[in-house]
Amino acid sequence: MIRFETVTKRYANGREALAAASFHVSPGEMVFLTGHSGAGKSTLLKLVAAIERPTRGTVIINRQSVSALSRSAVAAFRRRIGMVFQDHKLLYDRPVFDNVALPLVVDGVSRREVDKRVRAALDQVGLLGRETGFPMELSTGEQQRVGIARAVVSRPTILIADEPTGNLDPDLAVDVMAIFQRFNAVGTTVLIATHDVHLIERFPVRRLHLGQGRVLRDEPAAALGDSHGG
Amino acid sequence: MADEGLSVTRRPFRARLDGWLERHAQVCVGTLGRLYARPIATLLIWTVIGVALALPALLQVTVRNLEAAGPGQGRAYAIDVFLKPVLGVPQARQVADRLRERDDVARVELITAEEGLAEFRLRSGFGEALDALTDNPLPATLIISPSPNSTTPAALAHLRDALQALPEVDQVVADMQWAERLQALLAAAKRISNGAGLLLALAVLLVVGQVVRGDIETRRAEIEVSKLLGASDGFVRRPFLYTGFWYGFGGGMLALLLVLGAVAWVSPTVVRLAALYGSNFRMLGLPISGYLSLVASGAVLGWLGSGFAATWRLRQIEPGL
Repeated sequence: MIRFETVTKRYANGREALAAASFHVSPGEMVFLTGHSGAGKSTLLKLVAAIERPTRGTVIINRQSVSALSRSAVAAFRRRIGMVFQDHKLLYDRPVFDNVALPLVVDGVSRREVDKRVRAALDQVGLLGRETGFPMELSTGEQQRVGIARAVVSRPTILIADEPTGNLDPDLAVDVMAIFQRFNAVGTTVLIATHDVHLIERFPVRRLHLGQGRVLRDEPAAALGDSHGG
Repeated sequence: MADEGLSVTRRPFRARLDGWLERHAQVCVGTLGRLYARPIATLLIWTVIGVALALPALLQVTVRNLEAAGPGQGRAYAIDVFLKPVLGVPQARQVADRLRERDDVARVELITAEEGLAEFRLRSGFGEALDALTDNPLPATLIISPSPNSTTPAALAHLRDALQALPEVDQVVADMQWAERLQALLAAAKRISNGAGLLLALAVLLVVGQVVRGDIETRRAEIEVSKLLGASDGFVRRPFLYTGFWYGFGGGMLALLLVLGAVAWVSPTVVRLAALYGSNFRMLGLPISGYLSLVASGAVLGWLGSGFAATWRLRQIEPGL
């Protein structure tokens, strides 16, 4: 589903964010990307979403090379990936409904279908009935859930999240992670970048630990469960 | 699982068409709503575009009226033919009748020597001095109006020469310069009108482009998020194209009103002026097609201006995480 083959990403300013990183994520997996800030987590997610392109190596998302995508193909490509951001990236002059509906509108889904699916997505994150509210009227945790509803409303097969719990207190963070788990349970591949140690320990999923642009450790979910058991 | 993963799920054609139409209708109405939400700014832009479009249109109206008033009114090109003094009134009438049969002559007015003297006496105020004359010094005169399609300088020269060649004619006075000057003036005015039209069309393009560029900056966050969520270039550009269209369309409508208003405002004075020249000339506006193309060119220029600006600017806005 997501395959990195010796991927190097060097920015124009010379900084090397990823250095020959390789890994593979299977369909339906849920993976934590961990590591200090600057370890390359954000860059890795940007490569998955075709926001950046690799300097060297190959990024393959569902058998499709990101480097080979044309400009117009990138747009269509992104519509198949749900993205959750640390700062939510909501449109504050639009009501919740419009925010969640945006990916569907972008994709040209008809109004009736949009109505149905936005409500379903808001229901999944526990915000049904808040459609007409504006993001500013919501708490940070609720705003993040709007962001998640927006990420999943188009039923993507891959969901990526960059520090989705970064601004949340621990209880809310656990709530948000539980939502991600629910989506993962129905088959969505989930990739979450986080440095929240407590959170990582509470959820026994595979971890890719990044450091200096490389995958330093790859701990499968099962091993994690074992260590908790013993 | 891996295969069905990212493959694009195709909706039926009918659903996609409905979605497409719906989006366009939504954007079309939505952008108009945005303009309505800031009426002062919108009116200002419409005024700038309206004036820019109205100026060449008004020049065109002027040219049109000059063309119609000049050649159309034969009197402007009247040729005075002085007959030889030895000719009596019946002979003068014969000459006049002969000339009336010519294709390039619309009207012949005979002023006999007596009529000429009477008129001169009346107008000049030399009445008593004229009484002292024993003979009438004035010849019989024919005032010839060329037919409307014989008012080119060449045709007039031809008519003048033909008249001069008649044995009964003493002298022909044709104000050829007037005809040539009017033609040259019209040609110049047409050029100026076309040139101004091109320049002002360019101005409209730039104005709309600049305004749309501003609109893009104020909606930058929305554009970035839309692109992150997979909006195509076309999708992001669409609202700005419609905005440009409304700017141009509104400006075109305003230009139409300006031209109609200007014609209505100037018309009475032109009618009075024409009346002083003994003409029942009525001022012309633009033809219907002219008014339609005024609005259409506004809409097209607005669409193009915003299209250039948006295509160029939106490519530079790339989202980051």
